[in-house]
Amino acid sequence: MTDIFELLKGKPGDSDYEKKGVIVQGITGSYGSLHSRKMIEYGTNIVAGVTPNKGGQKFDDNIPIYNTMQEAVDATNAKISILFVPAKFFLSAAKDALNAGIKLLVAIPEHVPIRDTMETIELAKQKGAVVIGPNTPGIMIPELIKIGIMPPMPFKAGKIAVLSKSGTLLYEISDALTSAGFGQSITIGIGGDPVNGTRLIDAFEMVKDIPDLGGLVVVGEIGGDSEEILAQRIIDIGFSKPTVAYIAGRAAPKEKRMGHAGAIVMGTYGSAESKISMFNKANIPVAKRPAEVPVLLAGKMEKSD
Amino acid sequence: MQLLEFQAKELFREYGINLLDSISSTNIEEARKHVKELGYPFVIKIQVPVGGRGKAGGIQKCQNDDEFELKYPQVMDLTIKGEKARAILLEKMADIKKELYLSIFLNRSKRCYTIIASAEGGVEIESVKNQIIKEVGLGDVSEELAKEVAKEMGLEGKTADQFVDTLKKLSKLTIEKEAELVEINPLAIMQDDSVIALDGKFVTDDNSNFRHDELQKYQEKSEIEEQAEKSGFSLVELDGDIAVVGNGAGLVMSTLDMLSDNGGKAACFLDVGGGATTESVYEALTLISKLDRVKGILVNLYGGIVKTTVVAEAFLKAYENNLIDLPVFSRLKGTESEKAKEMLQGSKIKIFDTIEEAINAAVMGVKK
Repeated sequence: MTDIFELLKGKPGDSDYEKKGVIVQGITGSYGSLHSRKMIEYGTNIVAGVTPNKGGQKFDDNIPIYNTMQEAVDATNAKISILFVPAKFFLSAAKDALNAGIKLLVAIPEHVPIRDTMETIELAKQKGAVVIGPNTPGIMIPELIKIGIMPPMPFKAGKIAVLSKSGTLLYEISDALTSAGFGQSITIGIGGDPVNGTRLIDAFEMVKDIPDLGGLVVVGEIGGDSEEILAQRIIDIGFSKPTVAYIAGRAAPKEKRMGHAGAIVMGTYGSAESKISMFNKANIPVAKRPAEVPVLLAGKMEKSD
Repeated sequence: MQLLEFQAKELFREYGINLLDSISSTNIEEARKHVKELGYPFVIKIQVPVGGRGKAGGIQKCQNDDEFELKYPQVMDLTIKGEKARAILLEKMADIKKELYLSIFLNRSKRCYTIIASAEGGVEIESVKNQIIKEVGLGDVSEELAKEVAKEMGLEGKTADQFVDTLKKLSKLTIEKEAELVEINPLAIMQDDSVIALDGKFVTDDNSNFRHDELQKYQEKSEIEEQAEKSGFSLVELDGDIAVVGNGAGLVMSTLDMLSDNGGKAACFLDVGGGATTESVYEALTLISKLDRVKGILVNLYGGIVKTTVVAEAFLKAYENNLIDLPVFSRLKGTESEKAKEMLQGSKIKIFDTIEEAINAAVMGVKK
């Protein structure tokens, strides 16, 4: 299993400890440039950008731009990239990154065809790389590094890991957690697509052994069966840290895609009932409203004390 | 999108999957012309993008003109799970020996295509017994694997050969068209041991639309859905009276759930996308103004970066231009919310600190 913290922070003593270099693919686009600046503001060490045909220029007079990922990686030795290109160009940009040696690829674009995601995942497996997304807000260690598009305001450093399929619900629920005094050790956006580079179960494997993990919050939604699989895994290994879930889409009609490409119930596959009943089986309370998450978490913590 | 049966069958035919003769129509005059060509007996099948048609009376046998004249309009008038008939398919009656089940779907957790087959088809997938499940990666189903499935199903001779052929063609279709699900249920064994697709379900990956111009003719969208798509919004029309607007699919789903928990009924699901701007909120209100069943608008915005005053401006502009005359119940998280409240004082727009309060007010508000 990849140590996500080592990827994001490095090891104490490394020259780049806690300031790992990040390359932005599509840094000159409107979205890419906006969020590059916001990431820099947050403290993320953006070391290079990639935009074909703009190699040699500088972003904001400061960050070198390269034509290809290979050039950017050769020049910076960075292992992390965040990708902002339009969905149509996603596959070639992702391959470019993985072939250049990127080990953590954060894929922001929405509307990526499933086949392109699956090809990217296949390549990432061969290369031993982690893909977060697509259609994800990104990944962050609050107050240390943000590789994504999340607003900084809801997040605070702490001991709770938050895994979420939805972006705005990640903000909403982290905000509620922060207000209740529960900071976050890491937040991972799974993404709202049917197929995810890092599934809920993979993200769980990344965080479950954090030494001082205080608790886990899982923000799921209708579609697929990744919540059920996670709940089963939690039962199987007897994971005992306080865990609370939230599932969006209880009132959604069947067979309709609710905004996210992955948020669709087909027959009973992907229904909220199925997910909630599996979490209940795993003794994980499921909040009815985002605001209820910290309340249930506090309840769980009291019991485990 | 989910194709209608006759559309799925058009694709099946293109890929050489065996079918019965059938003709689709959208009115009885058109259908009458086809009746002679097809000849009795045949089956009238309602074309809706949902299952459970048989139980709802959407599939009727016809032996003669009298039955046809009586049943065609009846079936055409049905609404199944809120879906009206898009068309009617007339299909030759089949002499069936046995019903099988066959589908290829995108297995989201295994991240590969997966075959489900069963010798006991004809019922909904949840009730299909003795399912044979095979993961097939990203590529085509091989002859070898198809034969293995046929064998496990207990098929022999001509039937087994035709099943293998059908499965391979179905797999080619699934991959080439980038489908999320292609299902034949039932796949029938006829009296002469041949294998025929009696029904067809086909769900596309909408994100791959840009590579599939040939599927665009099947795209069926209301005017308002088309406009929503142009603006980069996701819109799902529902049958209640409170329009639900927010930024981010998860947040809007969550708002829908809470509204429903509090006895409210949503008129639509409208996700304006992760960010929110004056323009996007104004555009959302424009779309909602075109839904006549709406009595109130519930807005839930989590603006990490957005200023709530910017959103308030969009509301005020919408009233000023007489775009809407409906009460708005909103919860805006973001900067400058006090100032936004001031701006909206005395207007039909109410801002609340929590979504729970906004929902309660909306449910009460539309009752009046």
